[in-house]
Amino acid sequence: MSNLGDIQHHIYSITVENKFGVLSRVAGLFARRGFNIVSLAVSPTEDERFSRMTIVVDAASAPLEQVTKQLHKLIPVIKVMELHPDDAVERELMLVTVKAESETRSQITELASIFEARIEDVGFESITIQAAGRPDKLDAMTDLLTPFGIVELQRTGRIALPKLSRRPQRLRAVKTRGV
Amino acid sequence: MKLTGAQALIKSLEHEAVEVMFGLPGGAILPVYDPLIDSSIRHILVRHEQGAGHMAEGYAHATGRPGVAMVTSGPAATNIVTPLCDAYMDSIPIVVITGQVPYANIGTDAFQECDTVGITMPVTKHNWLVTDAQDIPRIVREAFHVATTGRPGPVLVDVPKDIANQQMDWYWPDGVDMPGYKPTTKGHAKQIKDAARLMSQSRRPVIYAGGGILKARAAEVLRELVELTGFPVVTTLMARGSFPDDHELCLGMPGMHGNYTAVTSMQQADLLVALGSRFDDRVTGKVGAFAPEAKIIHVDIDPAELGKVRQPDVPIVGDCRQVIEELVKAVLADKAKHSGDDTQWPSLAEWQTRLRDWQRDFPLVYDQQPDGPLKPQFCVDQLRDHTPDDTIVVAGVGQHQMWTSQRWKFNHPYTFVNSGGLGTMGFAVPAAIGAKVGMPDRMVWAVDGDGCFQMTAQELVTASSERIPVKIAILNNAYLGMVRQWQELFYEERYSEVYLSPDLPDYVMWAEAMGCVGIRVDSPEEVEPAIDKANDIDDRPVVIDFRTDYREKVYPMVPAGHSNDEIILDPAHDTYGER
Ligand SMILES: Cc1ncc(C[n+]2csc(CCOP(=O)(O)OP(=O)(O)O)c2C)c(N)n1
Repeated sequence: MSNLGDIQHHIYSITVENKFGVLSRVAGLFARRGFNIVSLAVSPTEDERFSRMTIVVDAASAPLEQVTKQLHKLIPVIKVMELHPDDAVERELMLVTVKAESETRSQITELASIFEARIEDVGFESITIQAAGRPDKLDAMTDLLTPFGIVELQRTGRIALPKLSRRPQRLRAVKTRGV
Repeated sequence: MKLTGAQALIKSLEHEAVEVMFGLPGGAILPVYDPLIDSSIRHILVRHEQGAGHMAEGYAHATGRPGVAMVTSGPAATNIVTPLCDAYMDSIPIVVITGQVPYANIGTDAFQECDTVGITMPVTKHNWLVTDAQDIPRIVREAFHVATTGRPGPVLVDVPKDIANQQMDWYWPDGVDMPGYKPTTKGHAKQIKDAARLMSQSRRPVIYAGGGILKARAAEVLRELVELTGFPVVTTLMARGSFPDDHELCLGMPGMHGNYTAVTSMQQADLLVALGSRFDDRVTGKVGAFAPEAKIIHVDIDPAELGKVRQPDVPIVGDCRQVIEELVKAVLADKAKHSGDDTQWPSLAEWQTRLRDWQRDFPLVYDQQPDGPLKPQFCVDQLRDHTPDDTIVVAGVGQHQMWTSQRWKFNHPYTFVNSGGLGTMGFAVPAAIGAKVGMPDRMVWAVDGDGCFQMTAQELVTASSERIPVKIAILNNAYLGMVRQWQELFYEERYSEVYLSPDLPDYVMWAEAMGCVGIRVDSPEEVEPAIDKANDIDDRPVVIDFRTDYREKVYPMVPAGHSNDEIILDPAHDTYGER
């Protein structure tokens, strides 16, 4: 993709009909262009007929614009919004199991409390921590835990909603249907 | 009223006013073929499912109504993928119904199972897997709605065998409720006004008419716009006939094999009014060098087309007919407001003269010697001149397609049917059959290549047995001609796997074996009598094997990826002179 210009992080919030096969239609449009989906989170919205997908893709903007226009053409897709990171509330959940010998255990729990993370499970040699927050915060915590030895790590992928307090000009409805 | 899913499906098709469908039965679709016996719908039994799909397309092209095909699961479903993709590329409304293994067996590699919905997802506008017989009327209604509205296209409904046997309570929905599907048909008033403004200042405008004109049934209002503005018109491969070739403002086909005037007019234009066209690479050549001075007004019902290839100055989302109607009004208003100001709506006489000079100086040329080898262009000209004005012409893909598009005079919309976007060899024979089924009172001629013909010729068995009297002209140059042309021009005449032989198969014997009349033509003087003879036969298909000169190439030509300024004329242009 490097020949297509600057690669950037794009966050899409896509409202779709809550029906089988929709995820594969949406994912297919990215796959067709060879775009890697960095993360993806899907769940029903406040209205059960609809689900919201939060998709993060790293891709150049120009070809991505065509993908989003094609997304709008999918019949089960109701709305597509691109969220600028500055204008979105982004959250992610992480579970991480870290080696915790007796001498490092207290250091790790201290670190967890700084990040307002919770100890979810404790074993003889390791502990599992749950952390939630902004994706960059989880990145930072991961960096700090790495020296202790990460055994397993799982992140949910981000979910995002537009911020309420900002002026909405950077929250761009990429396609309100038909326009 | 209790019905089976299968009965409900057939009844739903009747409610959608389906008169004819093309198909071939098999295990998974068996339940649906049973109630078909009692239905008013005519079913045409094809010999290969690809044929069913292209017939449905030909029917839709010629009539504007959705074509319907029905086939079984697995191999039948995969056989119809090519027509689906073809219809997707050319925005042709077809509805394909496929059988599927019983619902509980899906995903078990059951006999003749394939993931039809998965395979066809990227080549349909939408598709449905039926999971409850009760949904069938709703889904059929939605399927026809989606296929025929907005930017038309193919849809597919996959029906598991047990669902077809399930009982349901019959109903027919009043309408569709699809919150995610609301095509915009009405153009934005301000944009339309801006378009008229831009048009008023142009000195070298060209209307770039695409297939969307035909889809929107906008030929008449396009003519109104042209006559109001005096803007010349190019008609793309998918739009041939949308503006009459015999009109003095018609410049014909642009693009890779477009004529010099059409191609160069766009290159030198200061304004392109793109109406239902999509800046296909076969039209633009190298995009960066395409129409460098032109401002762009782009009208399309599909918002994804606007800015996809070239950023428009005035984008308008909407149905071509509705937008052009509004544009006509806006132009009238603008003209009224600026009458007497010749910086606005200047005379285009100078531009029109320049175009006419090019047409005079750069005609399409070829040289048919009376005793020389038979030229394919001559055959096309003779066909054109000895068939009714409203003949429906269907082409395959290759040199013969380009010669047909270049040389025919399409004076009526819906008279040229061909595979533009996908370029599907084998399209012509079945598409011609579908067109003739839809328009039984019109003469239908397919102009096919010998290579293309061999891909789907067996559908002439269908045509003979169903008494569908299509006429096929094979321009038999014994080669995969278009590929040969590229090898000659761009691969130093190294001919790799393009020779087919003129005699194997024997086309006349083959035609007769399929129940058609077969005629062979070797020399120029035989051409007209053969066409006359074919025209007189109305009870069975006719195949004419025109033995043409394999050396002929299609000119003009813009090599792929080059600028349209680098248009190559026929090297013999100067020798033949005016013609
Ligand atoms: C299904 C398919 N396979 C391959 C091609 C590539 N192709 C384009 S034109 C052409 C040659 C067609 O030969 P013929 O039908 O004899 O027509 P001619 O060009 O000689 O008029 C080929 C092989 C294609 N368009 N479609």
